[in-house]
Amino acid sequence: MSDVKVEAVELAPVDKLVTKQLPAAEIVGESPLHHADLISVAEHGPQEGGVHFHERKLMGLLTLRCLPSAEQQEVIKALLGVALPMQPLTSVTADDSPIGKVSVRWVSPDEWLIIVAGEQAFELETRFFEQLTGHYSLVNISGGTTIFDVSGRHVVDMLKKSTPVDLHGSEFPVGKVVSTVFAKSGAMICRVAEDQFELVVRRSFADYLWLWIQDASREYGLVVHH
Amino acid sequence: MFHIYCPYCCEYREEEEFHVAGQAHIARPLDPDACTDKEWGEFMYFRANPRGIHHELWVHGAGCRKYFNVTRDTQTYEIKEVYKVGEKPSVVADQAK
Repeated sequence: MSDVKVEAVELAPVDKLVTKQLPAAEIVGESPLHHADLISVAEHGPQEGGVHFHERKLMGLLTLRCLPSAEQQEVIKALLGVALPMQPLTSVTADDSPIGKVSVRWVSPDEWLIIVAGEQAFELETRFFEQLTGHYSLVNISGGTTIFDVSGRHVVDMLKKSTPVDLHGSEFPVGKVVSTVFAKSGAMICRVAEDQFELVVRRSFADYLWLWIQDASREYGLVVHH
Repeated sequence: MFHIYCPYCCEYREEEEFHVAGQAHIARPLDPDACTDKEWGEFMYFRANPRGIHHELWVHGAGCRKYFNVTRDTQTYEIKEVYKVGEKPSVVADQAK
């Protein structure tokens, strides 16, 4: 019945340990769909169809959690080259930020997903801990996720089989991002163009979702790109 | 299926994305050590099960993963109101009945 009472302890500020998650140059990184051999599928599979699939593998994904003050927002803007999207379900993308191409998605009122090139994640993480002060958390989740690019004239039809979210252009404009259920798993869906979507999925579900997308796209024809 | 408005995502989503997390507005005793067994037991285990207006805690599990409150009629299943944690409901049961 009693609770353990913890006395407040003054903690000395410690330097955050940032781990470089990239393997050494001689080690070849394998994406969660490495076993599916998408190179061969892309080469020998159909070249025309209603749905196009491409795994954008080994990207750098960082989860930022904070309730940013105006000051923090300024620092984050300088670090990323773009301001954090504060409006729900929005995203911003920039090609010429200090760390190359960057895409920032709103996840929840205090959470954002930052996507950069795989080799930039460590660099960006290091810069964050050097320059951004105050209460926040930044975690590298690159190893736990992968990104599927799906496009084509039947891509919405394929997605409709997989998620309950309304994908009509009036409800789901370009740039909108939602976290939702996707084929009994979950995905963060972002519309990058009229008939082009980006799915951020969990590594452990990548194979299942790849199989699901093949099945859901069968009637429209699936083209795999590498 | 419910069509639930998430006050953080600011749009309606399918019930599939949400989970109910029990009765809302349960205040934890400020000093658990000073509680009698009865008081603590009621806080821990006893929940209202009204017929009519009920305030529930829901979580947008597949979306923004935030908790919020829902006022729901347990008889008709109608969702009367959705409001954020920390806010007070504007639709409440008529105590006089």
